[in-house]
Amino acid sequence: MRTERVHSLLQVNGEARDLLAPVPTTLLEALRDSFELTGSKRGCNHGVCGACTVLIDGRPARACLMLAVDVGDRPVVTIEGIADANGLSAVQRALVASGAIQCGFCTPGFVMSLTDLFSRDPRPSREAIRTALSGNLCRCSGYVKIVEAAERLAGLPAGPSEPSGPEATHG
Amino acid sequence: MDDARTASRGPAIGASLPRLEADDKASGRARYADDVRLPGMLHAALLTSPHAHARIVARRVAAARAIPGVKAILTGADLTGPLGGGIVKDESMVARDKVRYVGEPVAAVAAVDAATAQRALEAIEIDYEPLVPVLSIDEALAPGAPILHEGFGRYVKTIEGGGGGNVVFESSIIEGDVDRAFGECDVVVEGTFETQAQHHVYLETNGCVADVDASGRITLHVTCQSVHHVQQRVAEELGEPMARIRAIATRVGGGFGGKHASGIHSIAAWLARAARRPVKLVLSRMQDFEIQRSRHPARIWIRTGARRDGTILARDVRITTDGGAYADESPPVLAFALLMSRGPYRIAHVRATGRAVYTNKLRAGSFRGFGNPQASFAAESQIDELAAALGIDPVALRLQNAMRPGDTAFGGQPVASCVLQACLERVRDAQRAAPPLPVLPGRRRGIGFAAMSHVSGLMGTAAAVQLRTDGSIALSTGCVDLGQGADTTMVQICADALALPVERVGYAPQDSDSSPYNWKTAGSRSTYMTGRAVAVATVELRDRLFDHAAELLECARADLELRPDGRVGVKGVPMEVSFKQIALRSLFHAGGPIATSHGFVFDGPGFDPKRAAVHQLAFANLGVYTYGAHCVEVDVDPGTGAVSVRRAWCAHDVGRAINPGSCEGQIQGGFVQGMGYALTEAMQWNAEGWLVTATLADYKIPGILDCPPEIHPIVLEDPDPTHPVGAKGIGEPSLVGAAPAIANAIRQATGARLHRLPMTPERVLDALDALEASR
Repeated sequence: MRTERVHSLLQVNGEARDLLAPVPTTLLEALRDSFELTGSKRGCNHGVCGACTVLIDGRPARACLMLAVDVGDRPVVTIEGIADANGLSAVQRALVASGAIQCGFCTPGFVMSLTDLFSRDPRPSREAIRTALSGNLCRCSGYVKIVEAAERLAGLPAGPSEPSGPEATHG
Repeated sequence: MDDARTASRGPAIGASLPRLEADDKASGRARYADDVRLPGMLHAALLTSPHAHARIVARRVAAARAIPGVKAILTGADLTGPLGGGIVKDESMVARDKVRYVGEPVAAVAAVDAATAQRALEAIEIDYEPLVPVLSIDEALAPGAPILHEGFGRYVKTIEGGGGGNVVFESSIIEGDVDRAFGECDVVVEGTFETQAQHHVYLETNGCVADVDASGRITLHVTCQSVHHVQQRVAEELGEPMARIRAIATRVGGGFGGKHASGIHSIAAWLARAARRPVKLVLSRMQDFEIQRSRHPARIWIRTGARRDGTILARDVRITTDGGAYADESPPVLAFALLMSRGPYRIAHVRATGRAVYTNKLRAGSFRGFGNPQASFAAESQIDELAAALGIDPVALRLQNAMRPGDTAFGGQPVASCVLQACLERVRDAQRAAPPLPVLPGRRRGIGFAAMSHVSGLMGTAAAVQLRTDGSIALSTGCVDLGQGADTTMVQICADALALPVERVGYAPQDSDSSPYNWKTAGSRSTYMTGRAVAVATVELRDRLFDHAAELLECARADLELRPDGRVGVKGVPMEVSFKQIALRSLFHAGGPIATSHGFVFDGPGFDPKRAAVHQLAFANLGVYTYGAHCVEVDVDPGTGAVSVRRAWCAHDVGRAINPGSCEGQIQGGFVQGMGYALTEAMQWNAEGWLVTATLADYKIPGILDCPPEIHPIVLEDPDPTHPVGAKGIGEPSLVGAAPAIANAIRQATGARLHRLPMTPERVLDALDALEASR
């Protein structure tokens, strides 16, 4: 186990952050353990689940697969840097309003992927939404309400899976 | 209708309100177990067994202990108290004399950082004497098989029921005269079905932080399904009174049954007590796969017979489950699988017998559905085979034999509320009415159905409600929200009964020091059980408010009414008092603080010994029955065997939808978890007993592109008479129907019947080849 520490300077959510950590430290470890930015989640640490998704230079990246020393001076945006002046961002508000959040552990990753999508395409199609979210795993929702949230944000008409509400069976 | 005793008064029930904690989760502020960090916190790491079955001969830890920064080491040599576990006390937080699966913890280290803890693990030496591993049901039951638990007969058991050898538990339910009834059948179908180990894959792995105060009292911050269960288990395993152990739930990143228990809580607590410092122990994804729990693999032989007119007369079922290395929830899972094996049908003559066996693999435990997915895959596949043999439409056959209100469940429990027929008709009609979806090029389309029943109820729970100085409400329950929305549901039930906006109800996080007892968030029981407790406690609080209001307003209680926004008024006139005025009176003048609580244990009818011979069922009564039906459209590629689920309709009776959006989320998510079970998910062990699917790259859960964009939840409401607001659970049933509905759709598309899960492309091709060869 290498214990030699190196110094790096990262740009995280618009702030310069000093890091003194062993070379194998991932960006996710730096964010969570050194900077106490725990919104990025460690779901698998293998780059599969997408719960640690952050934006590096405006593009989504898995923080668990990147070494902190490799980030350089590229700006990093985490879930903590997403909220706008109104509090939650439009993407976040859409997820909340659509009931797309269940256990919430995957949610920061979905927020980051959708933030990237909407920054490139304010009116994405359903297929574009599904493709943009294909690197994020959710175990609670079946993804339906997450897509509905994004479609609402995109101004798409309510999809065919729009819920109709409960129905009484008697009287 | 008695105004004062009717729980629902306001607008909060039936509204798809956003989750109370949704902003916290959307912004990344919600704190899960791995987000907890305490001053002086140590990091724990586990040394695990490389053998599936071996005797521990020697342990050497001196070199590890000498490493600077190592603060505590635990091995089985440190443990001398009684064994722990569930119904059978057969396990230890770290192995003592034997290891029984690859990955079983044999030692744990707490050190100043994770790297030091890892170095210490590498310095620990364990000598093993390898034994022959038992890796399948057949190997476990073979004559002369190696015995996993030589001391089984001496283990403490809360329910007796094990057989000899490697048999953990045996049970049966018998109704009617099965052998005679088969003689009256015109058509009989028979088959054997096999299901695999599925992992829960909650996105947050198991973990906790154990803290310790100067007196040695331990506090765990833990992702779990019950703070009371964690407290009890850790106290037992550490030999401490429960008063010396406190468990506080963090936000929970999914559970699905897989966080009902874990030995790592006791390990972290033991290390914290030894080091007198906080200890964090959070499992890596790989370790969580290796050492937590799975759904039970099962082998199910099933035979069903009917008259030519479609009346199903008899069923015979034998279920054998693979429980893995330790008993855990094997007895009740087996019993519940037997109970569900009749399906939601009127079948007068049924014999269900089963056993659970030990093998040298990960212990199997509770998982959304709790034996029902296995039983229903076999039973509902067979209903379609029976329909084909009879020449009757599969939905028509189900409708003909469907249970109706007033019928009895298997075992003799009367069923008051049953809308199975409506569920079947609704999914059938919705699919027919939907605009046709073009079949994918080169594929074959099949439409499949499945019906199911499930239970919500079980055990004890409680709720406490208090009035605060400004007229706000403090609500407290022991029900941990795993992500399904229980927090919001409880607040909606409480707010509704007081005609308050939900913002005026504060909800306490779960803490074993202060939360009213709750058995577990499990068994689709929270809305039904804890929701009942909340409703009753809140109505009692309302009665207390009315007592004060009657005195303040100098009128009879019967003349009072609840008004919106926290006021009690006199009917027909504007006179009223606010909750705040009542609170101030109670706190400073007369009566004392207004606080009510309600607790109960499931009180519904149990099995009827006059109808059914029940042997070792692990429970006496369970809960109220719920019903549902699924319909799927599936496209099968006959060239590759690939199966695509294109659309799904899932109808479920929830009694009353407290939060319809949450019900829909549970249905859609449950269906997709069931689809993963049907098509891709399988934990696999190699010949040495190593789990070879211990990463999310090797164990495939459905991603968004694997899922149909359209999963239509159909939420039906048939209020349950035993619940103050009529609600029943929906957590588990939505998973149960997916696999048999998909199997039935594959059969319709191709003619091939698959008897094994998951229905991978290879198995679909094999089934197509076998079908071709038989023609």
